[in-house]
Amino acid sequence: MIDKATFWIVLPVLALGTYAIRFSFLGTLGARPLPGWLTRALRYTAVAVLPALVAPGVLWPPATGGETDPARLAAALVTLAVGIATRSTMGAIVAGGVTLYALLAVAG
Amino acid sequence: MSPTRKAFLRGLIAAAPMTVVVGPFAMLFGVVATEAGLNLFEAMLFSVSVFAGASQFAALQTMQEQAPALVVLATSLAVNLRMVMYSVTLAPHFGELPLRSRALMAYFLVDQSFATTVAEIDRNPAMTAGEKRAVFFGAVVAVAPLWFVACLVGGMIGTAIPPDYALDFALPITFLAMVAPMLHSMPHLVAAGVSILLSLLLAGMPYGTGLLVAASGAMAVGAGLDRWLKVRRA
Repeated sequence: MIDKATFWIVLPVLALGTYAIRFSFLGTLGARPLPGWLTRALRYTAVAVLPALVAPGVLWPPATGGETDPARLAAALVTLAVGIATRSTMGAIVAGGVTLYALLAVAG
Repeated sequence: MSPTRKAFLRGLIAAAPMTVVVGPFAMLFGVVATEAGLNLFEAMLFSVSVFAGASQFAALQTMQEQAPALVVLATSLAVNLRMVMYSVTLAPHFGELPLRSRALMAYFLVDQSFATTVAEIDRNPAMTAGEKRAVFFGAVVAVAPLWFVACLVGGMIGTAIPPDYALDFALPITFLAMVAPMLHSMPHLVAAGVSILLSLLLAGMPYGTGLLVAASGAMAVGAGLDRWLKVRRA
């Protein structure tokens, strides 16, 4: 469960921060190019943050008390593989979901 | 039909296929947010004020793990940092438009409106700033209303879904599905690998701070490898 006090701190700051990021260059007239090192770093933010966000929960899911669950692990690997192969986010979600429910049903 | 109206329609039509992803994705946010204990009003306020899917999911996940607000913010803002590049890329095309136009565009600057506009400018470089803006808002009209409505629907059915549907795993699957198509170059693959490895090794660090170290390390390795490959090729 989400702590409501945290939520009400996060909400306005995240909203304003996200808007500031979007407004940054579009809003300030000067269309100065960014330094090369910064552009390079920004290109890798999403692939650096998102995997780290999920990896521990995939291997040690809170829902099973932290014990590695073959169904969840397999579903994660299938999602990743299908997403890389097809480049389709929706296809990967469907493949991962089907894998998860099929394996949970078998184990059930 | 005026060129501006034509441009608007081109944006709308080009972005239309993206609704296949946006609709279910927004619905999932509504479901996961209400399952995590937000009420419908809070979930919708979140979606309307932040309006950035991946970071909203990131914030939900870290808040559920009881991470302190600073860690939640650092993580979800990091997910949105890619939009600095969107803002940089669009700035020269819209610099001549009035500030209120650009301020409104900034709110609606999402993956879909950005990708549609850049692709259309590529095809029709001779467009005026006004026509480019029409393309942008055509794409916005295709995805933004759907995003809000689907969120609302997800939030309304959210608490009705019983826990044995393993919804705990909807988030990890969604994130992996978002990342996988981005892994189209060696540095991207290596950065994702480092990110996974470090986050597992540092999982014991308090308050989700291991995540921040892992993400910084992965970003440095990705950017470093990117640079090294370019220097070697040159």
